[in-house]
Amino acid sequence: MFSGLMLNTWIAATIVAAIAGVMGFFAVLRGQSFAAHAIPNGAFAGAAGAGLLGFNVIWGLAVFAIGGALGIGALGRRARQDVVTALVLVLMLGLGALFLSFSTEYAEVTYSLLFGEVFGVASNVLLPIAALGAVSVAVIAVIYRPLLLASALPDVADAQGVSTRRMELCFLIVMALATSMTVPVVGALLMFALMIGPAAAARSFTKRPAHAIALAIGIALATVWIGIAVSYHTNWPLGFFVGVIAAGFFLLGQGWTAVRRFGSARRAAPALG
Amino acid sequence: MGHIFSYIVEPGLLSSGPVRTALLVGTVVAVTSGVVGVFTVIRGQSFAGHSLADVATTGGAGAFLVGLNQFWGFLLAGVAGAAIMELIGVQRRRGRDVATGVVLGAALGAAALFLYLGTQTSSTTGASFTILFGSMFVISPDTVPALIASGVVALVVIAVLSRVLLLTSLSPELAAARGVPVRAVGIAYLAALAVAVSLSAVVIGAVLSTALLIGPAATALRVTKRPTRAMAAATLIGTVATWLGILLAYDSYYWPPHGHGWSVSFFVVALVVLGYLLSYVRRPRRDRRSQVAAQAREEEPACSPA
Repeated sequence: MFSGLMLNTWIAATIVAAIAGVMGFFAVLRGQSFAAHAIPNGAFAGAAGAGLLGFNVIWGLAVFAIGGALGIGALGRRARQDVVTALVLVLMLGLGALFLSFSTEYAEVTYSLLFGEVFGVASNVLLPIAALGAVSVAVIAVIYRPLLLASALPDVADAQGVSTRRMELCFLIVMALATSMTVPVVGALLMFALMIGPAAAARSFTKRPAHAIALAIGIALATVWIGIAVSYHTNWPLGFFVGVIAAGFFLLGQGWTAVRRFGSARRAAPALG
Repeated sequence: MGHIFSYIVEPGLLSSGPVRTALLVGTVVAVTSGVVGVFTVIRGQSFAGHSLADVATTGGAGAFLVGLNQFWGFLLAGVAGAAIMELIGVQRRRGRDVATGVVLGAALGAAALFLYLGTQTSSTTGASFTILFGSMFVISPDTVPALIASGVVALVVIAVLSRVLLLTSLSPELAAARGVPVRAVGIAYLAALAVAVSLSAVVIGAVLSTALLIGPAATALRVTKRPTRAMAAATLIGTVATWLGILLAYDSYYWPPHGHGWSVSFFVVALVVLGYLLSYVRRPRRDRRSQVAAQAREEEPACSPA
């Protein structure tokens, strides 16, 4: 389970989970789950296009992911963001459908790009993933305070001279960079499940941002590690286990919130009476 | 003139069986999606609409696995997904996109499993592509009555509920104060949304059905403020986009690369997005939220009991 190619799988999945934890925390905090879904999903179309034209898949992913982020950021100024996100997403996916209909080997390519090819990670992919992941996390670390302020209290941020628009665009582009690297490994759909579930769960256990980010990374790691182990033994796709385990952690978080609320209500009751 | 017409509309277009089916079903889908889409955009539930489509994918993959018609899979999973989303609270503004996202993530995981098991048990490899991106020209005539019937059911639900639905969309508190069962209305609306999404999933594919749901409705709401007119406009835009898409796809067999048609879904999506972008040209910058608020004020006297 830990030999040869499988070792690459463990390393790649660990890097991806760490990135997903950080990105997911901000995506959940900002209420941008839809963008977190749209960017990796749309980027998949770029991979299909690159495959058709004979470029490296990474370039297609990067161009479409960043293009999508810019499109959502630019059009989102003038209309409701959920509408714009939906339209940018379907435009990219429509192009993807077109590219795939030209290519001859679409079924397999589609499946692996959407659902990942985590059990066949080549060694030469690891370094770029690690490098790009490090760059993304570093950018987030640099803009951490203004980004946090713009995400949690947009009005205060505006008053303090932090441009919420610029922060949003920065965040979307970093997410695009991060996902363009991770999509070939875990797939467009998994990247999303790994971003939202753990981060949402982490936020119901702690209110402090730094703790929540650490916990989100931890939960994402646990999700992906358990997923790989079970998937290795059952031979079922990793995507299934990641989706289900992430949802399980979310429900655990919801349960914890409910229990705590019930507990504090009971503690408060005698004081009132 | 006739010559130009026959050059644009390939001879034999309207006498081809699959094309006629595609035109018919495409129209039903455009009408249903247009009407339901207006409420989706007003309620700010584009993400829920898109997620339901992806959840429907899971059903489509499951149906493929057990050998059922895809449409029933889409429909069943869509309605079930709508019920789960309602249960964990998509109606609340706060945290609802996270709830939607978690359901979506789990459903996609299940889709991965079903597609994987599907490729293990059968040699057909194109299934995932058909489920995800649809194929308008291969709709079997047997399913057409079922498609039309579900579209009509969704439209009737929306027509009956339209007034209360509008009120609950614009001001849930006011609706609750007037004794409207906000939650029940929300569930009925989500069910209609699931039907609309399943229909368009059959036609242009699950991942692209959002285009017909959101695109025409968002465009229409930029052009007109009144919900009824917006519904009519959305229906019209959706129908035109679908028909033009079919026409272009049919023509594209003569475009490069030779002997290979372009995807219908691509044309429909491109036309829908183009229409939305054109609405910016017509009317520069106007805040949608203030439009909806103005609409609420306009509607107010009509709804009030006095």
